[in-house]
Amino acid sequence: MRIGQAFHPSAIGRHAALLMTGALTLAPFIWMISLSAKSPDEMFDPGFSLLPRHWHAWENYAEALTAAPLLRFLLNGAIVCFSILALQLLICVPMAYAAAKLRFFGRNALFGAVLLGLLLPHQVLALPVFILCHKLHILNSYAALILPFIVSPFGIFLFRQFFRTIPDDILHAARLDGLSEFSIVWRIVVPMSVPAMIAFSIFSVVAHWNDLFWPSIVIKTTELMPPSLGVAAFRGIESGNDYGPLMAGTVLVVLPLLVAFALAQRWFIEGLTSAALK
Amino acid sequence: MMPSAAMSGHGAQTATSKPARLKTRVVDRFSEPIAAYLLALPGGALLALLFILPVIAVFVIATTNWSFGGTSLSFVGMRNFRDVFADSTFRMSFLNTIVYVLIVVPGTIGLGLLIALLIEARPSLRGFYRAIHFLPFMATLAASAVAWEMLLHPTMGLVNQAFSALGLPTANWLRDEKTVLPVLALIGIWQNLGFAMVLFLAGLKAIPADLYEAADIDGADGWFDRLRTVTLPMLGPVTMFVVVVVAIRAFEVFDTIAILTQGGPGRASEVLLYTLYRESFEYLRTGYGAAVTVVFLGIIVTLTLVQVGVMEKRVHYS
Repeated sequence: MRIGQAFHPSAIGRHAALLMTGALTLAPFIWMISLSAKSPDEMFDPGFSLLPRHWHAWENYAEALTAAPLLRFLLNGAIVCFSILALQLLICVPMAYAAAKLRFFGRNALFGAVLLGLLLPHQVLALPVFILCHKLHILNSYAALILPFIVSPFGIFLFRQFFRTIPDDILHAARLDGLSEFSIVWRIVVPMSVPAMIAFSIFSVVAHWNDLFWPSIVIKTTELMPPSLGVAAFRGIESGNDYGPLMAGTVLVVLPLLVAFALAQRWFIEGLTSAALK
Repeated sequence: MMPSAAMSGHGAQTATSKPARLKTRVVDRFSEPIAAYLLALPGGALLALLFILPVIAVFVIATTNWSFGGTSLSFVGMRNFRDVFADSTFRMSFLNTIVYVLIVVPGTIGLGLLIALLIEARPSLRGFYRAIHFLPFMATLAASAVAWEMLLHPTMGLVNQAFSALGLPTANWLRDEKTVLPVLALIGIWQNLGFAMVLFLAGLKAIPADLYEAADIDGADGWFDRLRTVTLPMLGPVTMFVVVVVAIRAFEVFDTIAILTQGGPGRASEVLLYTLYRESFEYLRTGYGAAVTVVFLGIIVTLTLVQVGVMEKRVHYS
């Protein structure tokens, strides 16, 4: 029965169709990896082959890591993404807790401001925030990459929705045990909200690792470029027809997220679609 | 939306005597607002500094003739907006963006729905197919764009090699005014496809199985009948929602333009966000850039409000 089902024409048709669309979807990545292992002469050979005849991967990757400071781009990306995430959690979690569980004058106005923030794409804020960074003398620095994103309306919104599901009795019990509101946030509420924390963290890191718009506005020095801007600059300086090192560079930029995705597919899909379902 | 972190607090409640609870209530009345302000203050202040004040500033700057770095500044009223709409580059940019969105949205919705239906049709390899179709959505677009450029390379690119082998016409896809926008839209579809697919998969899961049983009893037993009478009507609200979300993402196209074409050849791939970027940060026409920003904001806010309306409708369906 099972074997009969597996060889049913519609089952085979489904696999054929999905393998075809899947191959087309992966084509740019496959081409990227293939070129990153080829020598310049071989790239322009007529005739199609995925595997290089002469492996040139070592030279290409070595040049990507030395000629363009690829490692530096990746390091910048990691520093910026994790600084943003840490500050976002530090600032948004207490605020979301107050909005979800505490009664105070101005709570609705505050939440209204969060909803207004949700409505604004960051490209709209770029001009005034750029001027702010100029006034603060932080243009062309890590601070300019980090500061504009340390409060996330989406994070506050997501956490507030989640915190509301925590029963008040637990919080009352903690208060009777003598815990301050501050300790309740970090010792009771956060450990109970791990799924929301993970979903938001993935959303935040992926968004800022991939962002090109804001870095291209505030960063001019090569040494400070995050990965996406680094790739753009690398493509700009790469002269002639030697695309191998450039392709090796793109592989290295895409790789960290792809590895993380392979390890935690479900979390990634939930984290990245949660923003749409807000 | 999220599974509730359930853990019952009944034990604590019964363990406390009534007078003790009343006493903490009284203390709460004073300490709760103070604690709340302390917890919410950093976030609230930053929200004002980085979101609320800037968006007000954009509207104010848009009514001035300010050039960043310049010393003179005066109020010019609506002149920037008149200039924006009279500017042939902006009109071109606006039109190109609309064309781009009109290709990306139906393409993404159609393919995303098709792939979601195929994946959901049978259980085997579901996770695998979902993962490979979702990859482009999370991969760094700046890097993917460079890979696309190589695929589309006029001589060594896989696309032209394959097309000439099949006897199809080849082109310098990103340097030809006629092909550049459709090709960029194709990359947009490629990137957003997996996102639409995941949202459709969630929508398909939410269709109650008894509807299919009812359709069976009514004689709709072929897959096409089931699709027509149950699946597609039930996906209506989800589809509206995906259309709006993908449209917003399409209006925000920037990375592929900035890396691959810089708006060219000519102005054939000039789009709104790229015009905004150039006017504000390359030409430093700050007042004019702010006016472009206000137009862009108008489009996004309108779409987002449509999205909120659609979401509220969805509540009635579920």
